[in-house]
Amino acid sequence: MRIAIPMDERNTDTGLCPSFGRAPIFLLHDTKTGKDVFYTNPAADAPGGAGLKAAQFIVDQKADVLITVRCGENSAQVFRAVGIVVYKAANGTAKENLSAFAQGKLPHMTEFHAGFQGRA
Amino acid sequence: MILAVLSGKGGAGKTFVSVNLAVTAGRATYIDCDVEEPNGRLFLKPKDIKEKPVSSRIPEFDPEKCSECRKCVDFCQFNALVYVGDRPVVFPEVCHSCGGCAIVCPSGAVKETERQVGTVETGWRGDVRVVTGILNPGEASAVPVIKSALKTGCAAEELTVLDCPPGSGCSVLESVSSADYCILVVEPTAFGLHNFQMVAELVWLMKKPWGVVINREDGAYPPLEEFCTQNAIPILGRIPYSKKLAGLCAAGQIACTSDEETGHLFARLLYAVREEAET
Repeated sequence: MRIAIPMDERNTDTGLCPSFGRAPIFLLHDTKTGKDVFYTNPAADAPGGAGLKAAQFIVDQKADVLITVRCGENSAQVFRAVGIVVYKAANGTAKENLSAFAQGKLPHMTEFHAGFQGRA
Repeated sequence: MILAVLSGKGGAGKTFVSVNLAVTAGRATYIDCDVEEPNGRLFLKPKDIKEKPVSSRIPEFDPEKCSECRKCVDFCQFNALVYVGDRPVVFPEVCHSCGGCAIVCPSGAVKETERQVGTVETGWRGDVRVVTGILNPGEASAVPVIKSALKTGCAAEELTVLDCPPGSGCSVLESVSSADYCILVVEPTAFGLHNFQMVAELVWLMKKPWGVVINREDGAYPPLEEFCTQNAIPILGRIPYSKKLAGLCAAGQIACTSDEETGHLFARLLYAVREEAET
């Protein structure tokens, strides 16, 4: 299983980036191999539609799960369409969130904000 | 004459100046181009309203023809397209209807269809025609609704007052492009002056003749006076900072008809604008 997490730093001992679409970095964690790979988010500086572009990146990375602090409705629609499951992150580092997820302690994301459409 | 009323920041008094100028002129058209929050109608209370839908184009993808090359998704500067499963999907509220996806598609799989994004209302207050552009909430681009409101309302032979959106972005550019003369409403404060200078750059860039109306003036604000003097910008009128005017506005009244002094002020302002615009 591949898990995506928006990050501010390339370090699993640091916390998550509170934004999804404009997070500078995405962590992709492979539960089979235990490997962590960091990617630059191509949508971080998008003038508009960052959430959709970031969602496209997560889809293309073949993630199965997204753990995030927030997520917009447009991105959520993309994830629903391809069957990526979105979980609400807890406080703490990426590593702590991955372990909480493995223990089934993270809730499903139920609230998606309306998105800012470049108006932020 | 088409007269655009602008300001850098919101709340400077564009609607106040626009509505009062249109009513003072008697026979005139007032067009609310501030389509995200059109409020001129709250004062003008138009009657015999007719509505016209405004639509914009969005792409539709033919899965039979789509070769899954993703050129459309990569091309879209607004990121309105996402490649999901085995085909592109459009997010209509993010789409700006540029038509680029249809142009870059090598297999002719993109067809454009119409989608309603807003409404233009036309009504009357006496001899003032009131045209209001209304953008549906959540839409990304105000431009189609502004274009439609201008097309509906602009009549060069009589006075047409364009109540523009605040700022200096795309929707302001769209509103100003058809104007013969611009009025910049400015509040005599540091914040007001800063945002006013951004709009001044825009009207200079568009080579439009223009002048200034100072609103809520409470004594001279030297930096604003100096800016106008140095750049030879005419100050067409000065509206005082007054509790009476604030009260009339809050009650949805039109100041130039409810208050004699304000009536004179707008008659003189209209005269000054016509004189400036004709030279």
